Amino acid sequence: MNAFDHWALGAAVFLPAVAAGLLLLVPRAQETAQKAVALVFTVATTGVGVYLLTQFDYGNSRKLQFVVNNRWIDVINSRYHVGVDGISLPLLLLSMVITVMCVVYSWNHWPEPHNPKAFLILMLVLETGMNGTFLAQDLILFFVFFELVLLPMYFMIGVWGGPNRQYAAIKFFLFTLFGSALMILSFLALYFKGGQTFDMVALQHSAQTIAHSTQLLIFAGLFMGFAIKVPMFPFHTWLPDAHTEAPTVGSVFLAAILLKLGTYGFVRIAIPILPQAAHSWAPYIGVLAVIGIIYGALGCLAQRDMKRLIAFSSVAHMGFVMLGIATLSPIGINAAVFGMVAHGLITGMLFFIAGSVQERFGTRELSRLGGMLVQTPRMGWILGFCAMASLGLPGLAGFWGEFPAILSSYQPAAGLSLALFRTFMVVAAVGTVFAAGYLLWMLQRAAFGVPKAEFADAHIHDVHVPEYIAWTPLLVLILVLGLYPNLIFHMTDGAVHQALRAIGT
Amino acid sequence: MLAAAVAASTSAVAPHFKAPILDYHALAPEIVLTGVLGVLLLVDLVVGERERWATSTIAGIGILAALIPVFTLGVRSHPGSMFGGAYVVDNFSLVLKALFLVTGYVVVLMSSNYIEEGDYYEGEFYFLLVSSLLGMVVMASARDLITIFLALELLSIPGYLMAGWRKRDVKSNEAALKYYLLGVLATAVMLYGMSLVYGYTGTTLLTGIGAKVGGSLTGHPILSFSIFLVLAGFAFKVSAVPFHQWAPDTYEGAPTPVTAFLSVASKTGGMVAILELVYVGFLNRHDVWAPLFWALAALTMTVGNLIALRQTNIVRMLAYSSVAQAGYMLVPFAVAGDNVKARGTAFEATVVYLLIYAAMNLGAFTVVITVARKTRSGEISSYGGLFEYAPGLTVLMTVFLFSLAGVPPLAGAWAKIFVFRAVLDSGTTAAVVLGVIAAVNSVIALFYYAGVAREMWMRPVPDEDRTPISVPPALAGALAATVVAVLAVGVYPNMLVRFGEISSLVK
Repeated sequence: MNAFDHWALGAAVFLPAVAAGLLLLVPRAQETAQKAVALVFTVATTGVGVYLLTQFDYGNSRKLQFVVNNRWIDVINSRYHVGVDGISLPLLLLSMVITVMCVVYSWNHWPEPHNPKAFLILMLVLETGMNGTFLAQDLILFFVFFELVLLPMYFMIGVWGGPNRQYAAIKFFLFTLFGSALMILSFLALYFKGGQTFDMVALQHSAQTIAHSTQLLIFAGLFMGFAIKVPMFPFHTWLPDAHTEAPTVGSVFLAAILLKLGTYGFVRIAIPILPQAAHSWAPYIGVLAVIGIIYGALGCLAQRDMKRLIAFSSVAHMGFVMLGIATLSPIGINAAVFGMVAHGLITGMLFFIAGSVQERFGTRELSRLGGMLVQTPRMGWILGFCAMASLGLPGLAGFWGEFPAILSSYQPAAGLSLALFRTFMVVAAVGTVFAAGYLLWMLQRAAFGVPKAEFADAHIHDVHVPEYIAWTPLLVLILVLGLYPNLIFHMTDGAVHQALRAIGT
Repeated sequence: MLAAAVAASTSAVAPHFKAPILDYHALAPEIVLTGVLGVLLLVDLVVGERERWATSTIAGIGILAALIPVFTLGVRSHPGSMFGGAYVVDNFSLVLKALFLVTGYVVVLMSSNYIEEGDYYEGEFYFLLVSSLLGMVVMASARDLITIFLALELLSIPGYLMAGWRKRDVKSNEAALKYYLLGVLATAVMLYGMSLVYGYTGTTLLTGIGAKVGGSLTGHPILSFSIFLVLAGFAFKVSAVPFHQWAPDTYEGAPTPVTAFLSVASKTGGMVAILELVYVGFLNRHDVWAPLFWALAALTMTVGNLIALRQTNIVRMLAYSSVAQAGYMLVPFAVAGDNVKARGTAFEATVVYLLIYAAMNLGAFTVVITVARKTRSGEISSYGGLFEYAPGLTVLMTVFLFSLAGVPPLAGAWAKIFVFRAVLDSGTTAAVVLGVIAAVNSVIALFYYAGVAREMWMRPVPDEDRTPISVPPALAGALAATVVAVLAVGVYPNMLVRFGEISSLVK
């Protein structure tokens, strides 16, 4: 382990925070300098991510690597313990790439009331929180980063959002905070019942002595914290509001990364530490997951606003991820992690496009749009590509999140009801048909036909250069991961088996 | 004949009187402050009206000078004990002396422009401020009922005067009068309790009282009553519900730097006295004080927060918020008697809370003073759109408010987590119920703190006046010091927690 390996994870987490600090010193008028600082630092952070990718020991992906374990808060035995394994690595990179792309996308269009300096600082703080959450191996450290994400997003929605932004911002904030309160309660219970430690690795052993009934309660608290963040039906109501009101970049962060913090929490914390409780709760989680798939899809069919439609599609897609997790089988959880990455890329892209549409047409009403393929053919085709990816077309990334999740519910972990999970499988499969329905319907309304009269003579600019730069990597990744999914699976597989060790698969 | 009488009386007294051995090093902070008091009076007498600002500088430098012996004493390994144990300089007293002095220094920074530009008496103001500070520094070392009483009066009486410093303003007069009358009443109650305690135990030394209270006098009803009276007197000082009525009016009417001083330093002074009395004097009678503190804590948190929700004036809101914060500080007392482990963690929790609370509350008040320089208003609505013309102040205020609310990774979150740790270490049903009340209250509190944040970030500017706010260097210094403390402790709480550990009076 060379010297940089020791610092790599620290750099991945704190470089954006350093950049935020530097930005504070740049005068407000010098916008180019602010953008340059943000870009250089986010690219450098991604560089650290690429370095991790090259140095990662793939044969040993079950093991935490680049571990740093220092003293932090002695009195509660909480340590600064970070490490990366096969599950966190793809998500970490996703978070890094998305941040760079958001900085690039924002380059020339800042949402009102402008103020790039503050907006960039919030993005950078957000990145520190997200990266930290994916790397933390100590519950208190995890909690701190998990909460750190909350404030920047609150301000992003509340200051730069749409007309109903204040309501959406506080709703997002209170929902998430309520979940966090129950989550920290469960963390404390784990600490006091599980051998006075917050270390996630140690708890995987020491928490096993907790009585089963207590485990069930602790798991329920964790479930509330994570399920609200995902969000699972019936805790999803904050999501459409937050997405609709958030500025484009805020929506992208929300869809691409923030939702994943919830599902990641299940895979990283809830299941490995409390496997028996997870086993007992799995059928209920599965039910909520498939309800989410169908409910999200039906919700989509009722939407007239493009962004709100994509928001509801997130509820459905996260349902597939949660179904994969609920099977507690290696295929299911591998699919879940893949699904997180794929949904991050695809839905992130869809929100980017929705933002660009809003900017050009001044509306996201699907009934007023139409004929994008004629008027802005490139953007129309990109929308088509992403819609195909999102509905799970084989050969694109979305497929590898959905299909194995459905497959895995044919054969869930030993002891779970086969009949029940096979029913889930059928329902989820029906959900994919709905998904094709609403996405193609959206595409049809937005892109096919001829432009509506009100925009027929307007000059609508096709894709801008910053948009090309921001979108190309995401589109390429959607294609590459679709064609060669093993890029992700060979990272995650070992770690997934490690996480499921106690369930005996 | 006269000479003979004097000789006789001297010889009669001499055998009884032994000159106390003074440890001048241990007394150095107090001596320095007393010196500063003298210098302030002289300078105020000598310099002209235009040079009165010098008194602020002298007070500031004097307070920093008093910090030097605190540090050298910290390096010195052995504690100092004087007057038969009535005056002790140990880690606890040093940590709190440092806190008082730093708080005092920040308050001087906050005051210098306010007092100068408001055309108030300057020399006298700093004289009173330093006097009150001297009382607090003495309080940190007091281990004897009489010393505690002296310290309390020395820190309170200048406070009564300073609260009325805007003497042409009716609200300020009301503030001072209310504070004075209720303060005197509380003192009377407390003195009555102290006299009963002395009557039953025969000593004013806290260690002596501790030995008696645990031993031969356990369960005596009058003693229980007198403990109740003493603690009720201090409950007034820390503005615990139902002894809080003076606080909002006094806080609103007093000059804002004085409000900051009262809500941080004066409250800490009362809390220090409670720590000494409870953990040294009355430790074995937790059957009396634990339920008392349980009720005080639950009421103080809930009432403080609920009333804070309805405030439209920022100073009144911060006043009620500081009432609620006192409630969180009282929670550990309610669980301290349950077992030995909880006793230790409860003590630490209160000390750590005091240290963190000082930084975040002073910071919030400094922002209020700075913003009021432009808006001339204390209404929360006058903060609308602050982000558009004063982004730096907005960010700072947001940090302080969310820290007060207890959102990680800011310092205030750790303060609350340590309180919860004490609660869980106790583990009794009553403790857990109190913990739940505290948790619910933290969520309620978020509403009004976030309400101010929303006003600053998301609302339009009420009067369309977007001229930037100038921040004088003194206020900038105060802001920098407090925000660095809040963020640094937030990221690395260990450095503060150590103070909690080493300062423990619980052995």
